[in-house]
Amino acid sequence: MSAHADTHAHDDHGHHHKETFMTKYIFSMDHKMIAKQYLITGTIMGVIGILMSMMFRMQIAWPEEPNVLFEALLGKWAPEGVMDADIYLALVTIHGTIMVFFVLTAGLSGTFSNLLIPLQIGARDMASGFLNMVSYWLFFLSSIIMVISLFVEAGPAAAGWTIYPPLSALPMAQGGSGMGMTLWLVAMAIFIASSLLGSLNYVVTVLNLRTKGMTMTRLPLTIWAFFITAVIGIVSFPVLLSAALLLIMDRSFGTSFFLSDIFIQGEVLHYHGGSPVLFEHLFWFLGHPEVYIVILPAMGLVSEIMASNSRKPIFGYRAMIASILAIAFLSTIVWGHHMFVSGMNPFLGSVFTFTTLLIAIPSAVKAFNWITTIWKGNLQMNPAMLFSIGFVSTFITGGLTGIILGDSALDINVHDTYFVVAHFHLVMGISALYGMFAGIYHWYPKMFGRMLNKNLGYIHFWITAVCAYGVFFPMHFIGMAGLPRRYYTNSNFPLFDDLADVNVIITVFALVGGVVQIIYLYNFFISIFYGKKATQNPWKSTTLEWTTPVEHIHGNWPGEIPHVYRWAYDYSKPGHDVDFVPQNVPLKEGEEELQH
Amino acid sequence: MTALLTIIVLVFILVAIWQMVKIFDLAQAKADCDQVATDKDNKINAYLMMGFLAFIYIITIVSIVKWGDLPLLSNSASAHGPTIDNLMAISLVIIFFVQTVTQFLLHYFAFKYKGEKGKKALFFADNNKLEAIWTIIPVIVLAGLIIYGLNTWVNIMGVDESDDPMVVELYAQQFNWTARYGGQDNTLGKSNVRLIDIDRANVLGIDEADPNAQDDIIVKELHLPVGKPVLFKMRSQDVLHSAYMPHFRAQMNCVPGMITQFGFTPTVTSEEMRQNPDMVEKVANINRIRVEKSEALVAKGEDALDRYEFDYLLICNKICGKSHYNMQMKIVVETQEEFDAWIKEQKEFKNSLN
Ligand code: HEM
Ligand SMILES: [Cu+2]
Ligand SMILES: [Cu+2]
Repeated sequence: MSAHADTHAHDDHGHHHKETFMTKYIFSMDHKMIAKQYLITGTIMGVIGILMSMMFRMQIAWPEEPNVLFEALLGKWAPEGVMDADIYLALVTIHGTIMVFFVLTAGLSGTFSNLLIPLQIGARDMASGFLNMVSYWLFFLSSIIMVISLFVEAGPAAAGWTIYPPLSALPMAQGGSGMGMTLWLVAMAIFIASSLLGSLNYVVTVLNLRTKGMTMTRLPLTIWAFFITAVIGIVSFPVLLSAALLLIMDRSFGTSFFLSDIFIQGEVLHYHGGSPVLFEHLFWFLGHPEVYIVILPAMGLVSEIMASNSRKPIFGYRAMIASILAIAFLSTIVWGHHMFVSGMNPFLGSVFTFTTLLIAIPSAVKAFNWITTIWKGNLQMNPAMLFSIGFVSTFITGGLTGIILGDSALDINVHDTYFVVAHFHLVMGISALYGMFAGIYHWYPKMFGRMLNKNLGYIHFWITAVCAYGVFFPMHFIGMAGLPRRYYTNSNFPLFDDLADVNVIITVFALVGGVVQIIYLYNFFISIFYGKKATQNPWKSTTLEWTTPVEHIHGNWPGEIPHVYRWAYDYSKPGHDVDFVPQNVPLKEGEEELQH
Repeated sequence: MTALLTIIVLVFILVAIWQMVKIFDLAQAKADCDQVATDKDNKINAYLMMGFLAFIYIITIVSIVKWGDLPLLSNSASAHGPTIDNLMAISLVIIFFVQTVTQFLLHYFAFKYKGEKGKKALFFADNNKLEAIWTIIPVIVLAGLIIYGLNTWVNIMGVDESDDPMVVELYAQQFNWTARYGGQDNTLGKSNVRLIDIDRANVLGIDEADPNAQDDIIVKELHLPVGKPVLFKMRSQDVLHSAYMPHFRAQMNCVPGMITQFGFTPTVTSEEMRQNPDMVEKVANINRIRVEKSEALVAKGEDALDRYEFDYLLICNKICGKSHYNMQMKIVVETQEEFDAWIKEQKEFKNSLN
């Protein structure tokens, strides 16, 4: 279908194809529509994920107490309103899976890569509109299967989002490891296929379809981030796919890749010679890069939004690109920091400690560059800007504790405790979520031609920000007190009785934080129809997407695609009357590009 | 109770939201209903940024004051414990410092440089010197931490056979622990789950023909003599488990099909730890909480909770199924004499079979 994009490139865009409802809204090949489809599917999955976290938080705060909500939502899994121990683990597992993959990978990358890559590089559409459509529908299918798995008789997958075998491989070890796990694996295999198609498309598009003058060093940082994210995805997702396939073989065809010497429920199983540690290696070879797949696009969005709303160039454009590249490279050689106490050779632990602490350096560079970007700016406090500042804040708070977890000696005592839960939620969960919100508030006018209500946006941000710290900051302390994660209740350990009140506080913040997302949902869905009409360039940004008409058209630009003459960050450039110079404005006579 | 609380929280949120909408509404000039931030918005949010900075500091201080003594930061009970605690303390201080400074800069700049019409931002795109500074400073700090950390790690994980550690097997299964001592010869008999014979009570799959196995001792409560190095050999019969002994700063996964190991030297007996003033206070606090809870339970006609007395614990820290949350074994650290007396009471493997 690349012919499709090509024809557009040759100026026949004036007359549109005849579009039916089906081709326009359902089987659309237009990148802007596909972006919206990703966003809305991701949003629905996000609501499910958050509801789950609210339920299991209530269980931790008020263990084994009857709860009308459980009774209503969990049915037979909560006899008389008391949550079952197995379903607790299932909720945690599916929450993690949904949040990491469906919301913050597909929902985030899928939405913004699709929306922004063609618009910001000056292309009529993705390299292959057809593959793009297939990629979305595979994602949709995988979401449906994941949701269906919640209704399986013996329960959904419950072995943690990391699905370590043998627990995930043996139905006799756990109810959820039967049909539930099968569906989980099938859903993830389809998800990976979807993600690979998407990533290939993004890479090809960025490399081939840039408009005239759009050199790699004039690309907005968003595009750099999406591009490198796609490359990381292409490198690491296939490894998870093979891990999943080998696990399916072990489960259904009697191979022994990951299993050996198992005695369970009175019988010895035939497995011989496999190793669960091998699975851990394969899983984390994707699993760690995955956190960068989640965070890099958010970083790109935040960089762009911060520059635009500070009315200042992003500080250290080249250093930002260099650090994205460094992070991408290092992210593939640090996976072992999840396995310090897995039984792997301690020498490997030393190596992974070294590489892990190395990756802190480019991350620190980025944080300092963002702070410098707002220094002496003229900050426009739009909701998108608030979420971007919030992003930097949680990224720092969460990132700093990585110094502890990446240090193998220290990890011995906090591994798999709530300290880890606190760390990864702040640095990747909340940060990426903020990045996503920032992107939505900023590009909503581009997506829907209308503005989101800013006051609701402010309220959404401030309450969310307080709750996010309220939930995850105290978690560090119960983690340092030795409280393991994935515990259905702590009441069997009098040792942890003095943590009960912290857990109640955390849960109250979580409930408030979860419920206020309703404000956002309301704003989002109502504004599609009743929001204030957007102007063409509401935030006065320099990038090309704001040169397209508000009304969406196939092919993006009614006339010729604009040419690019400068980088994306000419904000408040001396010698210009306005405080922004769009990328398609030629250099004035004698003007230097002034690009470092 | 829970439902009521949830409802109260909901109502509270609704009221708060309504009030905030009002505040934002009032703060806006009515004529300007555009959805782009105005100078007023910039100002309000700039002040809120400072408020939020205060919030971060407050929650940090409150957490440290209220819960800072909960962590097992002091009072480790193993020889290598203090080195981990020390490194942890240094790391926490560095983190605390960096966190305080960077959050200040971020929020203060957000406040100070709030947008105003007509103001122009500084065109400041690059500065190699600055970039060099904030590349090199983290490099130095991290290099220090890496060197210290790796030293500690190598010392902990390296097993020094010359100090003749006592070998103990930790055997995990859904959902309980078993320990096995090597006996007189301090050597564990060979084992494999394929040799498990429930009818003969050979539950760990020990090779009955192995001479080293005959004097092995299998117990459900782990006893350790103080001051004597122990080398744990971990095994699991079904799924992954993790042997976590937080007071000893020790953890290692138990992997089916493989033997993993971790060694340490306990330095404080259970009895001494119970006398430790910090521990006395912690236990008193826990018992206060338990008494309160008991009252509520008794009022409902249920049994009161037992009084808590401190014990070291081995707990499972790798998700292993339904009862993962209750997979524990008591650890008793005692003097060599007490230990010798205790172990003499235990049955040897050869005598424990049916
Ligand atoms: C409403 C906000 C959220 C709350 C209150 C919350 C709470 C929690 C808690 C308490 C756990 C740990 C449970 C345990 O280990 O026993 C957990 C697990 C997890 N959460 Fe969240 N979370 C939230 C949002 C997110 C987001 C945005 C992400 C995206 C990265 C995320 C990803 C995960 C993952 C990957 C796990 C691990 C699942 C596992 O252990 O298998 N969460 N969440
Ligand atoms: Cu990692
Ligand atoms: Cu367990």
